[in-house]
Amino acid sequence: MMRHIISILMENESGALSRVAGLFSARGYNIESLTVAPTEDPSLSRMTLVTRGNDEIIEQITKQLNKLIDVVKLIDLADSFHIERELLMIKVKTTPEMRDEIRSMADIFRGKIIDVTPTTYIIEMTGPSEKLDAFIAAIDPESIIEAVRSGPTGISRGELGLHL
Amino acid sequence: MELNGAQIVVQSLIDEGVEYIFGYPGGAVLHLYDAIFQQEELKHILVRHEQGATHAADGYARATGKPGVVLVTSGPGATNAITGIATAYLDSIPLVVISGQVSLPVIGSDAFQEVDMVGITRPCVKHNFLVKDVTKLAETIKKAFYVATSGRPGPVVIDIPKDITAPHIKVPYSYPDSVSIRSYNPIVTGHKGQIKKAVELLLSAKKPIIYSGGGVVLGEASEQLIEFTRTLGYPITNTLMGLGSYPATDKQNVGMLGMHGTYEANMAMHESDVIIAIGARFDDRVTGKLDLFCPNAKIIHIDIDPASISKTVRVAIPIVGDVKPVLEQMLELIKASTIKIDADALAQWWKQISEWQAINCLEFDRSSPLIKPQYVIEQLHEVTQGNAYVTSDVGQHQMWAAQYYKFNKPRRWINSGGLGTMGFGLPAAIGVKLAFPDEDVACVTGEASIQMCIQELSTALQYKTPIKILNLNNRYMGMVRQWQEFSYESRYSHSYMDTIPEFVKLAEAYGHVGIRIDKPEEVRPTLEAAFAMKDRTVFIDIMTDRTENVYPMIEAGKGHHDMKLRVAIGTSTDRELA
Ligand SMILES: Cc1cc2nc3c(=O)[nH]c(=O)nc-3n(C[C@H](O)[C@H](O)[C@H](O)COP(=O)(O)OP(=O)(O)OC[C@H]3O[C@@H](n4cnc5c(N)ncnc54)[C@H](O)[C@@H]3O)c2cc1C
Ligand SMILES: Cc1ncc(C[n+]2csc(CCOP(=O)(O)OP(=O)(O)O)c2C)c(N)n1
Ligand SMILES: [Mg+2]
Repeated sequence: MMRHIISILMENESGALSRVAGLFSARGYNIESLTVAPTEDPSLSRMTLVTRGNDEIIEQITKQLNKLIDVVKLIDLADSFHIERELLMIKVKTTPEMRDEIRSMADIFRGKIIDVTPTTYIIEMTGPSEKLDAFIAAIDPESIIEAVRSGPTGISRGELGLHL
Repeated sequence: MELNGAQIVVQSLIDEGVEYIFGYPGGAVLHLYDAIFQQEELKHILVRHEQGATHAADGYARATGKPGVVLVTSGPGATNAITGIATAYLDSIPLVVISGQVSLPVIGSDAFQEVDMVGITRPCVKHNFLVKDVTKLAETIKKAFYVATSGRPGPVVIDIPKDITAPHIKVPYSYPDSVSIRSYNPIVTGHKGQIKKAVELLLSAKKPIIYSGGGVVLGEASEQLIEFTRTLGYPITNTLMGLGSYPATDKQNVGMLGMHGTYEANMAMHESDVIIAIGARFDDRVTGKLDLFCPNAKIIHIDIDPASISKTVRVAIPIVGDVKPVLEQMLELIKASTIKIDADALAQWWKQISEWQAINCLEFDRSSPLIKPQYVIEQLHEVTQGNAYVTSDVGQHQMWAAQYYKFNKPRRWINSGGLGTMGFGLPAAIGVKLAFPDEDVACVTGEASIQMCIQELSTALQYKTPIKILNLNNRYMGMVRQWQEFSYESRYSHSYMDTIPEFVKLAEAYGHVGIRIDKPEEVRPTLEAAFAMKDRTVFIDIMTDRTENVYPMIEAGKGHHDMKLRVAIGTSTDRELA
């Protein structure tokens, strides 16, 4: 089952998100992650949705999404060259001895420490999802208090874009 | 012109050209009802249950091609309408359903008679709206009609909080002539390249078949379909929803296909090398087991909804577009084409089909002392000269109506195919009769189905919609019993009711004529007498052979070529149900 990242431009209206979520649950499609926010044009929002399925399922997903009246346009980013980024914020317990190690680990992964207390760090990191996975795997699981991920968003390369 | 919200709703409907609104009042729509009271143009039909309102509006829509309009109150009024909305959704019928809602400030507080109508209907509407601003009301109504009737039609809900219709808040009113929605642009004409490929494939076929469906009815393309089919000389089969879009009595029509389709239609599908599907959606009642579906066929599919294409069956040549212009585009190419149809192959194909036809799969026992349901439908056809509007409920009687009333015109066959909603027939017939008061309207039903919306007999009296109800009374939920006979060793679990009302008295109690018959020779004269009573609703309770089954049948998990046929004529009469 191939992973697909579908980028959707839709009306920034109250019911729109639930229509998309409802479609996935009603038709038994899986959603791995979903992010949504208004665009530079406040009447539109842009959603990025990661799902898995064979070609037939993905074809139906995109057709059914397009059929929603609130959906203006969509593309399956997996069809072309694109860039994906995800945001991670992770809060770890720190002891004085461990602080250096965690800091250098964050550096290696191009993360930033954005909050410090006597016993904790919060590290911010963006990148492709696999990089975030790798960072989390590299940290002692005992020390992780909580981690929050945005789910990936993506944009296609070159001159093509998803706009009105 | 300044109007309040309630007046805006009523005036918008009038400006939209709405003739009837089917509804039932309640707290959240009282302002609306008051506005309805104060005018005469928009006619309100008071049903006896909100499900009846949706089915009546649906019947009106199916018969006329115009959208059906419904008005219900919040909470229980709204939830009672759900079955009817879902029925329309699955058959792509345009409805605009206006539901009252609690006032904006109390939405979400579990207020009296509050349900989240927009949330509840989301999976069974084409689109829905919650109106939060009275100045957007007229535009929203216009959008609702536009969405409901364009592209692949469907039901649209407009949920209107009570304070939006408050009498003292007046705003300027004007009803837009048209609206556009930037995110909604149904495709109309077909892709030229695809159409060219399709025509080439079609003309070089040796065993072609045309498989057409409800989309031809919805797209008003019956005329084009007839010309297309006659030009090609190919066999055509219709789905349950497509009946009437090509004349049933025409010799190129091999009948309905699918689970209870004809042997010849299903065999022709199975053996075909090229299929053109026109406004049909490869429903599971049609395809049988997908792995076995049409093993040798290349498929062309015309549909206005891209999501209908390659949903269950992958097709070789998809054409997204409206059937009418697409068929016109194709016809033009066919007429201009240099490719000659292989006449020998086609003659051979017709010969093969006529052999399948020779087994006479719809024959039934005509010498039985019991009333055969098939005979009743044949007689109905004769008495009404094939011109009646026939609504039905769901079950065996529905299949017999489909098989034996040879529909020659579109929009005459009115039934719930996709959802299969028992209770649909009677209210739908009322909607049809309102639209066509001078036409014969028959409702073919069963003793179980009719009880699901029987209260609408009262509506039929109030609005003087003289319909003829043919209750094929087999004292069983026949369709369920048939499946239990075939697949559960005749364990008739709860497919029988110990008490069935005396329908004659019931009809009379509602102010109508009731007649009960149980002999074949009574069928014809009773139907004639009933249809002669032009101004009365007549309930004919017809005691039929309760052992009768619907044949032919593709049982679950089987393919088109593997139909169960009637064993031998005559054996069913003395058959005792185990
Ligand atoms: C008890 C029972 C038994 C049944 N047995 C059978 C059976 O034996 N055989 C059978 O056929 N059905 C049977 N049905 C009905 C079945 O469930 C489906 O409702 C039916 O087969 C669907 O018909 P359709 O394919 O024509 O599609 P419809 O539901 O009528 O859909 C129409 C299609 O056309 C498209 N369309 C709409 N407008 C246009 C346009 N303007 N241009 C182009 N395309 C358009 C739509 O997008 C859609 O894909 C049975 C139902 C019941 C309740
Ligand atoms: C609302 C609803 N409930 C249940 C069913 C399942 N069902 C399909 S046919 C049928 C029996 C219908 O019996 P009747 O109306 O007497 O018709 P018959 O099959 O006997 O002709 C039932 C229960 C349904 N289609 N709709
Ligand atoms: Mg029955």
